[in-house]
Amino acid sequence: MSQTDSLWRRLSGYNLFWPIIALLLIMLFNLFFMPNFFKIEIKDGHLFGSLIDILNRGAPLMLLAIGMTMVIATAGVDLSVGAVIAISGAMAAVLINPALGKELITSDKLIENVTFTPLWLVIVLGLLVSILCGLWNGLLVSRANIQPMVATLVLMVAGRGVAQLITNAQIITIYYSPYFFIGNGYILGLPFTFYIVAAVFLLAWAITRKTALGLFVESVGINSRSSFLSGINEKNVKLMAYTFCGLCAGIAGLIISSNVKSADANNAGLWSELDAILAVVIGGTLMTGGRFSLAGSVLGALIIQSVTTTIYSFGVPPEVVLVVKAAVVLAVVLLYSEQVKGALNNLFERKGVQP
Amino acid sequence: MTNLLRLDRKFLPLLMTIVLFILLYGYGVVQYRGFSNPQVFFNLFIDNAFLLITSIGMTFVILSGGIDLSVGAVIAFTTVLSAYMLESLGLSPALVIPAVLLVGVALGAVMGSIIHFFKVQPFIVTLAGMFFARGMCFVISTGAITISDPFYRAVGLFRIPLFGKTFISVNVAIFLVVLAVALYLAHFTRFGRTVYAIGGNEQSALLMGLPVARTRVLVYTLNGFCSALAGVVFSIYGLSGYGLYTVGLEMDAIASVVIGGTLLTGGVGYVAGTVVGVLIQGLIQTTIIFQGTLSSWWTKIAVGLLTLLFIMMQGAFASTRQRRLHLKATTGTKPASQEEGAVLATHYEL
Repeated sequence: MSQTDSLWRRLSGYNLFWPIIALLLIMLFNLFFMPNFFKIEIKDGHLFGSLIDILNRGAPLMLLAIGMTMVIATAGVDLSVGAVIAISGAMAAVLINPALGKELITSDKLIENVTFTPLWLVIVLGLLVSILCGLWNGLLVSRANIQPMVATLVLMVAGRGVAQLITNAQIITIYYSPYFFIGNGYILGLPFTFYIVAAVFLLAWAITRKTALGLFVESVGINSRSSFLSGINEKNVKLMAYTFCGLCAGIAGLIISSNVKSADANNAGLWSELDAILAVVIGGTLMTGGRFSLAGSVLGALIIQSVTTTIYSFGVPPEVVLVVKAAVVLAVVLLYSEQVKGALNNLFERKGVQP
Repeated sequence: MTNLLRLDRKFLPLLMTIVLFILLYGYGVVQYRGFSNPQVFFNLFIDNAFLLITSIGMTFVILSGGIDLSVGAVIAFTTVLSAYMLESLGLSPALVIPAVLLVGVALGAVMGSIIHFFKVQPFIVTLAGMFFARGMCFVISTGAITISDPFYRAVGLFRIPLFGKTFISVNVAIFLVVLAVALYLAHFTRFGRTVYAIGGNEQSALLMGLPVARTRVLVYTLNGFCSALAGVVFSIYGLSGYGLYTVGLEMDAIASVVIGGTLLTGGVGYVAGTVVGVLIQGLIQTTIIFQGTLSSWWTKIAVGLLTLLFIMMQGAFASTRQRRLHLKATTGTKPASQEEGAVLATHYEL
């Protein structure tokens, strides 16, 4: 009895315990009810199957979750990531074909498979504009001392307007095929997006876990004032977190616009900030800041994407996904709340003398 | 003299908002022909009645130090539910309207209870509520449902005549009633004072023996009711129900509350300010329509920047107050009172 007790304690104390259990439960469910879920076949020289699909579709969300983790760890939140996705996608689309909306041109010129800006410049400028967005958020939070939720709310409201300003309030379709590689390409059988996520994750992991920066971020999240008093430049730590979050959102924006081959200022990344926050919370990082887990957030994003994919492949109307998401959010937050945690621990830890 | 000054300081954000509204309105009147028609002013209310009602509910939530992201979704859900019950089930409006209001109240009460009793952040809980309400819209119907109910149509088309040829809609009358009740609740009842107290400092409110639990759940319930009522008003205004209505409306409501001078940290603000906040947003939209060449997305940019301006201003006020208190506390001319010390402490905590 006491052995199971301590095992339970050790396991439930491990920070990735709950996310892994949740992911396993979803996979178990699929194992029984979806016979083809784990089938991976090779089509056109690359891997193909539900699991690969989850990796590919979940890439933007994983990127957002990584960026959002850093921001939430500093006791902040970034509501503008959805708008930044729209802005960077719009930027890329306009750079590829700037003629749209400015003058009347023939349709065959519009759908030419060419770019007006070199591809590397499209990517660099798309990311640059998202970094600027992140910098703007970071300056508002760290220098103007505005509450994070409100500061990023401004860009969330105005950002979609900016994106529409860039695209001239039209949905721009992209016809330049090399650009599609970002969201649809495969390398060694795995989707290219997987490598992007892996690279960003490793980068974030290295700068937070192999340098003191991660410690600074946690310290700022726990108590910004005492971090400042102990000599940490807490303003720049926050600035860095928001800028990094903007960059992640920008990469996600490029992936999404490349994947759907268009830029839609109104709907690209709509509600994705909420998904990203949800992923971080599922991953075990507290909204109050402090200790954070990048791996947990990525797991959280995978859980959300798995639930979505499972529901879709079940043939359930996609509308129900939102209701299920609501149930998942509720279950997760209740599971993390002190009241339920205490009750669970009591359940497994019998106190007093056993007869 | 000092009393007068203190009064001024307290009302300054509200005053700024009103001055801004007058300036914007004056600009419109000078710049565009037909802007001075009183009906333009009344149309602000007619077109924004639902936003006004839901923003009033949001004001209470923000005053208590919380936030509610579900209002837009609850409005959409109410329109879909009303349309479905009226058209597909053929129920009478006398049954439908109380039913949908009850649904809103129930949603608000559940969210408020989870927020208070499980100590979960309002942000997350209302986010779940938003997902739930949006999802339920589409579970009921994926497309738009037109409302052909004669009562809804009659109410929607009815004009309450005012002076001259001007008129307001029934929705505006509903809003005025809501406003009157809200003003009474906020400034003349124990409930209102408790809301302000919780927003100012929950710990102190609790120690003073105020009913924090009941009040907090009630605030979210009230907001759920306001959202559902706004949904009814919206279905009368648009005569249809659709799950994609009022996407992002929660942000408009929050922006209105902020522009109206309410502190997002809670405890400070006025219901009346929120009304002016909504009207300013409506006025920006009207000006852009009158201007003719600017696209509607300029509204979003303008509202975003305006929100920023007001938050910056609030920040400036807060820091001068803090400095004043700090000066008092450090120079030792007068020992800082308990209350000021608490204010100072909360500032540093932030």
